[in-house]
Formats: sequence, C-alpha cells, structure tokens
Amino acid sequence: MKDLTTSVNRRSLLKATAASGLVLATPTIFSRGAWAQNFANDPTNKSSVTLGFNVPQTGAYADEGADELRAYQLAVKHLNGEGDGGMLQTMKPLALKGNGVLGKKVEYVTGDTQTKSDAARSSAKRMVEKDGAIMITGGSSSGVAVAVQSLCQEMGIIFMAGLTHSNDTTGKDKRKYGFRHFFNAYMSGAALGPVLKEEMGTDRRAYHLTADYTWGWTQEESIKNTTEALGWETVATVRTPLGAGDFSQYITPVLNSGADVLILNHYGKDMVNSLTQAVQFGLKDKMVNGKKFEIIVPLFSRLMAQGAGDAIKGILGTTNWNWSLQDAASQAFVKSFGQEYGFPPSQAAHTCYVQTLLYADACERAGTFYPCEVIKALEDFEFDGMGNGPTLYRGADHQCFKSVLVVRGNENPSSQFDLLKVVKEVPAEAVTYDPTIFGGELGTCG
Amino acid sequence: MNSNFLRNDMVLMAVFTLVVLTMPIWLAPIGAGYPDLLQKIAIYGIFAIGFNILFGLTGYLSFGHAAFLGVGSYAAVWTFKLFSMNVVPAILFGVIVAGLFALFIGYVSLRRSGIYFSILTLAFAQMSYNLAYSVLTPITNGETGLQLSQGDARVLDHALGIAQSGLPTPSFFGMEILGWSGFYVCAVALIIAFFFALRIFRSPFGMALKAIKSNQNRMNYTGFNTRPYTLAAFVVSGMYAGLAGSLLAVTDPLAGAERMQWTASGEVVLMTILGGAGTLLGPLLGAGIIKYFENIFSAYNERVLHDVFSGLPNGLEQIVVSFTSLFVGEGWQLTLGMLFMLVVIFLPGGVMEGFRRLTKLFRRDGPQSPAGAAQPAE
Repeated sequence: MKDLTTSVNRRSLLKATAASGLVLATPTIFSRGAWAQNFANDPTNKSSVTLGFNVPQTGAYADEGADELRAYQLAVKHLNGEGDGGMLQTMKPLALKGNGVLGKKVEYVTGDTQTKSDAARSSAKRMVEKDGAIMITGGSSSGVAVAVQSLCQEMGIIFMAGLTHSNDTTGKDKRKYGFRHFFNAYMSGAALGPVLKEEMGTDRRAYHLTADYTWGWTQEESIKNTTEALGWETVATVRTPLGAGDFSQYITPVLNSGADVLILNHYGKDMVNSLTQAVQFGLKDKMVNGKKFEIIVPLFSRLMAQGAGDAIKGILGTTNWNWSLQDAASQAFVKSFGQEYGFPPSQAAHTCYVQTLLYADACERAGTFYPCEVIKALEDFEFDGMGNGPTLYRGADHQCFKSVLVVRGNENPSSQFDLLKVVKEVPAEAVTYDPTIFGGELGTCG
Repeated sequence: MNSNFLRNDMVLMAVFTLVVLTMPIWLAPIGAGYPDLLQKIAIYGIFAIGFNILFGLTGYLSFGHAAFLGVGSYAAVWTFKLFSMNVVPAILFGVIVAGLFALFIGYVSLRRSGIYFSILTLAFAQMSYNLAYSVLTPITNGETGLQLSQGDARVLDHALGIAQSGLPTPSFFGMEILGWSGFYVCAVALIIAFFFALRIFRSPFGMALKAIKSNQNRMNYTGFNTRPYTLAAFVVSGMYAGLAGSLLAVTDPLAGAERMQWTASGEVVLMTILGGAGTLLGPLLGAGIIKYFENIFSAYNERVLHDVFSGLPNGLEQIVVSFTSLFVGEGWQLTLGMLFMLVVIFLPGGVMEGFRRLTKLFRRDGPQSPAGAAQPAE
C-alpha cells in the first residue's frame, strides 16, 4: 500500500495536468455557443428537414408506441403531399401546401424510449446530435415526456408531446419549448365528475390503485378532488410500480376494504392487467354497502380496451379522441389511417398525428424553423378541423383546450374495434382551468 | 515501485490518452461520433473498469454494482440542487457517498464468497432499487426521476452571486457542460480512472488481490488477512461506479431509479466479460461495444435497411430486409446476445483474447506482447 501512495509522482502529476490542460484548451466551437446566433440543426442549407419520433417500442406502453409511430409515418406522408392528405383537407386555418414544410421535404428518424426517462433522453440526444432532428415528438409516459421536455429546453429543440396525461407536463414542469395537444388528468376529473354523480350518486367509497409516477400521482389527485367534491369518501390510495404485471396482491385488499368503487389510475399494459384481474376477482358483480360495485378507469383508450377484452364492458372513463367520432376531420383521418394499415387509429395515434401537423403548420406560418418564432406561432393559436372541434393552444402553459369525451366500454360491440361508446362530449369551457393553479414556469426562449 | 511503472505502461498511458481524446474523430465513420454516445462510452467505461478491479482482480462477482452508480447519480443531482451547479463538488460528493454505501454493503456481503456473495449484492441492489422507486420517493422522486428545478436552493451559487435565468446547466467554473464539453469532462475522468486502475493492477495491493482470486484459502493459511483487501477493492470499485454515476448526472442532470435495476448490474458484468475480465482495456472495449449496439443498432428501422440493401434485386431485397430487421431496431439485444455467446464460447477471454490471438498470428517470431495488449490477472 505504501508504494501505491508514493506512486503518484511528479511525472504522473504532470501528465494528468497536461491531459486536463488539453481539454480546457479544446476550442468550444463544438458546443452550443456556436449555435447561439443561429439555432440547433438549422435546415436552411439543406433540402430536407428531419423530425425525431421518440416512442416506446418496448415496455408497458409499447402498443401505444407502435400506433404512435404509424401515425407519425402517415403524417410525414401527408406533409410531403403523398397519400390522400388526411386532416390536411379539414384543418382550418391551414398554411401547409402539401409540398413538405417551407418547401423542404420532411424526413424522420425513430428511437425507442423503452418507457424509461434515461433511455428516452439518450435517444432524443442521439436524434438531435447525430441525426440533426429539428423537432422531437412522442412519448407515451408522462415521466418520459417531462424528462425529454426539459432536455429539449436545454438543447433549444421544440418538443411536441405525444400521449402524456399528467397535469405536470404543462403544469409544474411546463417548458417554453414543450407543447401538448393531449388533455390532462384535471380535465378528465372535470369531465367525469357530473357523469359519476348521475350514475353512481353522491354516497360512495372509492379505492384508488395508482401507477407510481408523475402521471398516476396527478391523476389520483385530480380524480380524488372531483369525487370528494361530489361527497364521496376515499378509502385508500395505493401506489403500484409501473409495469408490475401481476396486480393480485393489490386487488385482494380491495375486497375487504369496504370500498364500493375501484378507481384504476393505470394505463397501457398495466391497466389491461389490473382491470382483467379485478374482474377475475369478481369485483364487477359484487354488491357492497347495498350498491353495485363499480370500476372506473379515468384514462381510457381503445388499444387498452382491445387488450382487456370483455372486462371493459360497462366501465366508465375519459378519452381524448375516439375513431367513431362523426365529424369530417375524424372521418378523414380514420379513412387514410385505415387505408394505410387496415384498422382504425387509437387516441395516441391521433394526438401524435395532430401534433406533427400543428408543428409543420406553425413553421409554415412563421416562415422559418427558428424555434422562438415557431413557438410564437403556436402560442394562442386557434384552430379547428382536427377531430376535437374548435381548439385553443393556450400560450400561458402550452396546453390545448378542447372538448373531452366521456366513454363507456361497449356492452354489444358491432366489430372488434367498436369498443368504446361516447357517453358525453364535454365542451372545452367546462374543463378549462386557470393556468396558475399548478405552479411552474415556462422559462425563456433563446 | 516507480521503476516498476515500466516504459511500456508510459507508452500505454500516452496512447490511451490520445485514443480517448480523439474518439470523436475516429468513431465518426461508423456513426458513433456524436457527444451523447461518446459520453456514455466513457462513463460506462469507467463503470466497467471499476467493476473489473473487483471482479477481474479478486474474482468476487458482484451483481449489484448498479446500486452504486445510482447512488452516485442521486448524490450528484442533490449537490446540484442544494449547493452548486459546478461539477467538481457534485463529482466529489457522488464518489464519496457511493464509497460509503459500498463500505456498508461490502462489509456485510464480503462475509461470504462465491455465489452467496453474488446473491447478497444482488439482493442489496434490488432493495436499493425498490427503495428509490417507491419508498424513498421524497428523496428520489420515484419513477419520474430526480430533476433540477428553478426553485432549488443552490446555496453556494447564490452566495457567490452566480445567477442563471431559466433552468441552470452544470458548469465547470463557468464552462457549460453540454455536448462536446461534456464528453471531454468524461474523457478526462476516464483517463484518470484508467491511470489509477493501471497503478492498482501493478501495485503490491493489486498483486494481493490477484492472489486472493487464485486461492484465498492458501492466503489465509499463510496468515494473510484477506478481508481488508477485498473490502478495499470493493469500496474502490464502488467509488468508480459512483464516479460514473455522478458523471451521468453531470452530462444530464437527472437521476432515475432504473439506473439501479438489476439489468443495469447485469450489463456491467456483460461489458466486463465481453471485453475480457481481468484485463485493463477489456472492460472499456466491452462498454463501448454494448453502448454502440444499444444506440446505433436500436435506431435502424426498415427504411434504413431498405437503403442499405437497395442494390439487391427486388425480391431478394425484401427477404434480406425482413430477415435482418429481426436483428436491429427492437431486436438489437438479440444481436448482442448472439455476439456475447460467440465471444464466450470461442474467446473465453473476451475481445482482448481475440486481439491477443490476432497479434500472435501476425508475429509468430516475437512472443513479446505489445504495449497495448492484455494484462491477464493470473
């Protein structure tokens, strides 16, 4: 050991100093400073522009990720003037001309977020640093979306969030460079409240099972606030790890808790598993406190309904969009998606498709890809013809405000895709809130 | 001992320094010359080099090293949040906390050896992961991961009047750590870490560790107390992991529990074995190969493959593309698994053994191995 300590001699010290000196002397032309006058991955001198599609291809949200990717590819096609144009036919106002964006052909790169913040950030960095992506979009987990959004803020790249439902994404953790079209947990609660009151009354005892991360936490909070305002009692809130697979150990205690409503704050494969197991445990046919036991899934999607099979019949929830909507925009999108892939799109696909179009349109209107100008073009932008009726991209928190659908698992589906029945379309005014309630700061651009 | 620090090692260090610092240039042609991947290679290289000090020298197979990596990350991010955005205190704090944590786990786990030791470390790591994931949510922020926020205290920065608008970035005395500067910080850390590993390999301490690997009982019978040595190796190796973890936080100020998952612990074992356990350079090579696969192969999609094979006739192209697409994109782990099997079956000494065989093939007359070649532990 004595030798080990004496071995750091003058020569090795010199060497270490020289090595660190070399680094300090390395000109910083490679770092962000060089981009300061301009912006990251400026496509001005290129004939094409690259978008980065960062979706979960593995993990609990892989099904949603796959559908998101399909929608992105379709959006790129439509932007480049191929195919039937989809929602480009219905979007109002529209600046896009179907010849790419600002005359440049749209190309894309893909990456796997693995539903992990680390992997997602690494993949986003690769797209920006190596592939020259000018915009990152995607994500099917709010944890990932929040992480990638703050990374994009650091790198000066616009992030168009995909499926992320946590209040934090445009609340506590909102960023100047981040935009979300999807609705959030607060809106789910606000939309669901009146329907719950009507269907289940004001004297209920609720038990929450919650995915243990930002989305689960905020959804639990929002739904709890709504139901307690109705007069419901919250028996317990139990956190379950993301991707748990087996939920029986969490469902058994529900049976003896005296609760008569189970609220599943789960999504993706987690929701498929927990709902299926809850039904297997006989919860749906149980009578508690003289009332029929009910299960609620506040965030619902057709993909999950497909996975859960018969278990979803009669279950209430909310969704951002459903393919069965009859407006022209939804019909146009369902048609071109169906022609391409042979089945209708999910809400995840819809929001990702719309986000891509909105970004492209904002660039076209701004006349540049310079992020600060594109952000200005998106802020407080009002549009229609994207499947959700008149929509506002609020500038104060970069959240879209539009109507929310309350849906129920279809008792008699007419096809394998006809799984959700729209119970009520709650108008945007009913779910709009004050942007300051969640705190957080957008930060600055540039 | 200075006389023992041979000319060869001097050359090795010089070449190593040069090779590491020029990585952006010579890795560019294979699509790996961008900062994020190079940072990851350097960081996981440090991790694997540290792991190798334990596994390669003493033969103790720890299946829980990712715990130290995670602890280092959390410690570094907390330093950013509480004290300063300067990377130096963050790295120091990360290394120290990981070292203390390793001291505790090592003290308990090293009472056993062989498979029992591996299981103990695995259990501790899994425990740390679950703690970070749910129980310690106030400290770790659970699945969302620990992140910086504008409202953080940052006592030192505020005292020194360093104010930043928006979300701060880690800095090295005013130089922002972003992109390439982040890589050079990691590269310097890697060079220093490699230098220390080299000195440990060549020292009497390293010799004692190798002796423990070859026959611990005999060491004990001769009256040599091996416990302090194994514990020291464990702690040093834990500190390397802590350094890697804090560098992860430096290049990207976010710490998530998934860094502590057992798959991450398994990954470093794979890196070390793939490159060559007990060799100096092997673990670094293994780390590079695995990170390259993870980042480059996983990004290939069918469109890219169609471009690659566009020269083939149409029908054949379809077949080739649909076959190869199994091995890229989501299937990158399949490719890695096959590579790993091939290496373990045909080159038990890892990639380094492959190099040694190759150099032997070309210099049949000169049995002297070149400076950069492997330094087997036994």
